[in-house]
Amino acid sequence: MDWNTLATRLFGEGHGIAAEGDFLQGTVSFDGTPLTVVGTTNHAPIGVKVALAQARVVLDTMAQHPGRPILLLIDTQGQQLRRRDELLGINRAMAHLGMCIDQARRRGHRVIGLVYDQALSGGFITSGLIADACYALPEAEIRVMRIPAMARVTKLAPELLEALSQSNPVFAPGVANYVAMGGVRALWEGDLAAALREALAHTPTEDRRALDGAERGGRRLAAPVAQRVLDAA
Amino acid sequence: MISYAECPARERLARLFDAGSFHEWLPPAERVSSPHLAQLGVPKSFDDGVAVGRARLDGRPVFVAAQEGGFMGGGVGEVHGAKLVGMLRRALRDRPDAVLLLADSGGVRLHEANAGLIAVSEVMRAVLDVRAAGIPVIVLIGSANGCFGGMGIVARCTDFVVMSDVGRLAMSGPEVIEASHGVEEFDARDRALVWRTTGGKHRWLSGDCDLLVEDDVAAFRAAALAALDQRRPMTLEALEAEHALLSERLNRLPEGLDGDEEAITLWRSLGIAEPARVPDLDVDGVRALRAA
Repeated sequence: MDWNTLATRLFGEGHGIAAEGDFLQGTVSFDGTPLTVVGTTNHAPIGVKVALAQARVVLDTMAQHPGRPILLLIDTQGQQLRRRDELLGINRAMAHLGMCIDQARRRGHRVIGLVYDQALSGGFITSGLIADACYALPEAEIRVMRIPAMARVTKLAPELLEALSQSNPVFAPGVANYVAMGGVRALWEGDLAAALREALAHTPTEDRRALDGAERGGRRLAAPVAQRVLDAA
Repeated sequence: MISYAECPARERLARLFDAGSFHEWLPPAERVSSPHLAQLGVPKSFDDGVAVGRARLDGRPVFVAAQEGGFMGGGVGEVHGAKLVGMLRRALRDRPDAVLLLADSGGVRLHEANAGLIAVSEVMRAVLDVRAAGIPVIVLIGSANGCFGGMGIVARCTDFVVMSDVGRLAMSGPEVIEASHGVEEFDARDRALVWRTTGGKHRWLSGDCDLLVEDDVAAFRAAALAALDQRRPMTLEALEAEHALLSERLNRLPEGLDGDEEAITLWRSLGIAEPARVPDLDVDGVRALRAA
């Protein structure tokens, strides 16, 4: 879904979110309460610059509006795959963004992620996956890496990977698989504003994803293996 | 001198910590392995590529995880990630003096990509929980596989990063960048370029690692000991300082440089005299540059 259509369905006309290139930012009013919105569009690659721009919004929200909820709108092709960004320490910039979001949660901000188009690897791990919880639209797509690059790294045949991406939940890019694995808490369908209202009211602040993955059958071992480590002699 | 890079994970554990002090949870005898690899025809490992447990460092109780790069490049899958999360949650409960991560990982294990991605994000949150409880988390990077992808992010979420000059810390591996944007963007076979971009010396000069050591197990042990009480505060002020540092660095480096001049330009802008000499200097020589 186009970001502006999404914003209009959530917050009405004149919602207050603006795009600057691939970067989205704004303060909206939701049920009479201000909400910080930050994110990306056009399948933005997340390089050092965009990571810092997002971190800036989260830092300003913490400093100027303690407690104000934050909505992350996610549409990314993943981290910027450039040598310059690697030299600049893109992993450190990503960690910084993730730690800003994490700090906001610890200071009592609700942080909700929404994958409204696509999410890949590094761009997702330091946004939706470090929010209180992440949600997605049903037509969204989440994956780790494109198949040609994956084939090169794993040395598995692209044909095998293509076949698995059609059928295998730990491989396939559909959001339903992420729901089953607990990585996405729920899909937002129908009345999107009602879904956001529900998320703001009832999203847990502790990390429940492994438990959800076990209950939903998509990731059966994560929770019990962690528990076995806790219980081991 | 024993090369840290050449030791497998369990040998690192045996040599880094007080003799005989490492006690493993879910050791290979318990056969906790990945449920996802068989369908790919890939052999599994009875520890899923990571050993977790408690140990002593100069008598002090620590928790530790050692990734085994020899198994699937140390990639984080569902079970591997769950062992890390379990160890970190146990640290929250039992409060050791510190948690040490002996990183040796290409990041998310692509063979179980979706589960691995979620697992790495769970590790991130668990690391930050441990730090928020006042227990320092220290990462050691000096293996052949380095510390990449999601684990490269996790490393920078810790209190203290130790690297050797042969260690590498980054996000995307050179092969992935080359596969996506061509050999002109990043020639993965140009070892000098790879190390200038991701290696220990560069990370030391840019402040991305806190200690640079020789590729020597004893040097890593000494560094881990020195790091035991180092805490990086997680406050708004600290995050603002980090933001300023990263923004300044971004503005320092012009766009459009080629691979031969890029790192050297950045080092010069960081105040390093004669930056072209850096690749030829030994560890002591590079350490002296940052102190100056």
